[in-house]
Amino acid sequence: MTDTSTRTEPADWATDQEVRWCPGCGDYSILTAMRMLMPELEVDRENTVFVSGIGCAARFPYYMNTYGMHGIHGRAPAIATGLAMARPDLDVWVIGGDGDMMSIGGNHLIHALRRNVNLNILLFNNMIYGLTKGQFSPTSEVGKVTKSSPMGSVDSPFNPMSVALGAEASFVARTHDMDRQHMMEMFRRAHDHKGASIVEVFQNCNVFNDGAWEGITKKGNRDSNLITLEHGKPVKFGADGEFGVVIDNGTAKVVSVADVGESALLVHDETKPDPSTAFMLSRLSRGPFEPTPIGVFRAVERIEYATSSTAQLAMAQNDKGAGDLSSLLRSRGTWQV
Amino acid sequence: MTDTAPRELPLQELDEVIIRFAGDSGDGMQLTGDQFTSISAALGNDLATLPEFPAEIRAPQGTLAGVSAFQVRISDFAITTPGDAPTVLVAMNPAALKAQLHNLVQGGAIIINTDAFSEKNLEKAGYESNPLEDGSLDGYRSYPVPMSQITRDAVAEHGVKPRDAERSKNFFALGLISWMYTRPVEPTMEFIGTKFRGKELVIKANEAAFHAGYNFGETAELFESHYEIKPAELPKGEYTNVNGNTALAWGCAAAGQLARLPVFLGSYPITPASDILHDLSELKHFGVRTFQAEDEIAAAASAVGAAFGGALAFTTTSGPGVALKGETLGLAVSLELPLVVIDIQRGGPSTGLPTKPEQADLLMAMYGRHSESPMPIVAPKSPADCFNAAIEACRIALRYRTPVMLLSDGYLATSSEPWLLPDIDSLPDIGVDFHTGFNGTNEDGDGIFLPYLRDSETLARPWAIPGTPDLMHRIGGIEKEDESGNISYDPANHQKMVDLRAAKIEGIDVPDVEVAGDPDADFCMLGWGSTWGAIDAAVDRLQAAGKKVAHVHLTHLNPFPKNLGEVLSKFETVICPEMNAGQLVDLVRAKYLLDVKPVNKMNGVPFTTAEIESAALQAIEAS
Repeated sequence: MTDTSTRTEPADWATDQEVRWCPGCGDYSILTAMRMLMPELEVDRENTVFVSGIGCAARFPYYMNTYGMHGIHGRAPAIATGLAMARPDLDVWVIGGDGDMMSIGGNHLIHALRRNVNLNILLFNNMIYGLTKGQFSPTSEVGKVTKSSPMGSVDSPFNPMSVALGAEASFVARTHDMDRQHMMEMFRRAHDHKGASIVEVFQNCNVFNDGAWEGITKKGNRDSNLITLEHGKPVKFGADGEFGVVIDNGTAKVVSVADVGESALLVHDETKPDPSTAFMLSRLSRGPFEPTPIGVFRAVERIEYATSSTAQLAMAQNDKGAGDLSSLLRSRGTWQV
Repeated sequence: MTDTAPRELPLQELDEVIIRFAGDSGDGMQLTGDQFTSISAALGNDLATLPEFPAEIRAPQGTLAGVSAFQVRISDFAITTPGDAPTVLVAMNPAALKAQLHNLVQGGAIIINTDAFSEKNLEKAGYESNPLEDGSLDGYRSYPVPMSQITRDAVAEHGVKPRDAERSKNFFALGLISWMYTRPVEPTMEFIGTKFRGKELVIKANEAAFHAGYNFGETAELFESHYEIKPAELPKGEYTNVNGNTALAWGCAAAGQLARLPVFLGSYPITPASDILHDLSELKHFGVRTFQAEDEIAAAASAVGAAFGGALAFTTTSGPGVALKGETLGLAVSLELPLVVIDIQRGGPSTGLPTKPEQADLLMAMYGRHSESPMPIVAPKSPADCFNAAIEACRIALRYRTPVMLLSDGYLATSSEPWLLPDIDSLPDIGVDFHTGFNGTNEDGDGIFLPYLRDSETLARPWAIPGTPDLMHRIGGIEKEDESGNISYDPANHQKMVDLRAAKIEGIDVPDVEVAGDPDADFCMLGWGSTWGAIDAAVDRLQAAGKKVAHVHLTHLNPFPKNLGEVLSKFETVICPEMNAGQLVDLVRAKYLLDVKPVNKMNGVPFTTAEIESAALQAIEAS
């Protein structure tokens, strides 16, 4: 965006396609947040691409008036990697659910993160398979009773933030579908970050896993169970900031501020090069029934993948000159007949 | 022997020789063979090579499993194959002798490194008695040479340790063979200097070993004569020696220039395709971007993403990788984006024979995706033809906006032949224009973009890349409405889209087949891909023996050339040699109801000319 005359409105980012998520789905509020954010980012629709895999979340691109590709199950990070390498000039967003990105596409996700490809990855986590009508997902809790786990799931879940930090992602954040302003802020930060950004969005599937996040996202529960991470500030929560987080012997723990004193609290530093503290924070909660951090866990500078790849192309051209086909065909020696 | 005066040996002229260098996989046989090939190429011989190596990087030393071989045929006439059976075998150890002797023609020459025939090595090779002494080589002309010892002596003066000295014995063998076939010394000296630049001791040792081998031939009273093979009568021009994988890599880079598009390769290492990834990774100055993906699926998926972004996108692999990419290729069929998939076919199923060729992925290329997902298929017929095939695959992919399968195989991949370099200006322009404007109007009369509105001639959809103002659109794997590309589950629309996708591929313009050999013959051999050389040579032999034989060879397998059914129906008998259990036969029978007879071979070794000749004679007699 170079010129205010082409400034867009949220409606400019909507397509004419009917949105077909179930009424009441958390995806609607995420879509609204995205459409509202786009004009603020001052980017052009034609330079923005949404890439997705398969699942309810993966229909997202059809509803954004940008370029978009609805791919195949799990492969969105890989498709987007090729696109971002071929076209470093584009803003590439990747949208997927917990089944799409943590299960069938888990491999592509961690590799996109470790390579630091310039992608804004949004992981809509509803802890269930929605589009296939309600099987347990790789983020479902142990004991989850579903059609495919009538006696309760025996699978241990992934914690997406721990996975992302384990892959040394350079930007790792979490938000939830009940707080539009926070979502917009996290999406903006992800967009502004150069490199791979992942934002986990706690999202409600009101048909197959209704209220799964309520223990932390419902208004009445936020004070006691939602920890909002803010860079440079002590990690505190509670109606009056009466609870805090300390690092004790390599583990993050919830404490009463009155017991330990304000100065003992962990001061959040999202720019810390070592991801260990962020990882400890990600381990703080075992599920949506106890204090759980949202916000930016990690935001560090690391060279972006396509930038490195492009630099090598430039270096090679500098060293060898622009590729000449005629000399290439003669590069291994020739003879005359 | 240093004080022995050079002898004047008779110089005999040969029209061809087929030499097979065989040794342990650490013995440098591929290097030796390559260098002998280069010298011979420079002398103007026609040639063809056939490397053969184990799947293991270093199988246990001295064992049959660890034998690495390199066959080269040089001639004073035009040839199309590396030859059925070697006439000269260089055996660096007992395992090499045991593994390769059966290939040698009766009465052929064996040059043996006798120093390696220790009791231990004989046992490792599974010999119960020493073949040098027990008469097992009686039907051959054997030349025992203490290669290791002479090499050690020759390099000792340069201060090379005896253990390291052993490593130079392949250059001794190369020197000896160079003498036998009157190859010049200088090119190999240059080669050694370049190859081992910075390692002075290695250069000196290899040079000394080479000279020792050369002088040994001249002075040891072992050989009756040496030989000369005159240059072949080949079309005038500038030649290089190229193998199939390098020709493919160069073809990909060339296609990028001919299409004026940046090249993107998404690939995952797999034998025997990895060399294409290696070669293209060296071509960054051509703007070639290579991406070594986390797996085969990501390799294909990244290529789809790059194609969406406007790159000329490739993914290279072998059979197991194609299996993994299947779903992604189905997506590419549905998205109707240009993409070239290169499959270097190898033995299967599963891991199969990673270093051995087959042509058994044809039906997978044709049908290996769910539902009706047609993909064009092209198949090069020789190592150098891989260059043309890459460009042709790109032409089809770009013009018709479709993924294209290119089927090479492990034989073409590593074999090499002289290639008369094309005039760059004569290569086709395969560029296409990105779509940049509206191509429809809505009810209000405003311009809109319809991503699936097709070109009336090619049925290709417009390729509008991100960054193009006003043409924002979404594509995906869900069925799309004709023209608008919006999601559609409408039954009639799905039928229409299935029909359109099929019609687009069926309508691709591919050149008609031409009949080689004798077009008036009643008997025809139908082939595709890498069997071309052996069939072509068999046709020559059969015709020389007075048989009337025709040869039809396919480089386009989907769609078939429009005249194929008509051409084949004119012959009384058609046989089809292929390295599978009859896959092209199935396709041709199904499409044309013609009773083409299969001739199949699946032992990991390409057809020999003699095998095809014999199959043809049987078929001719039976008809």
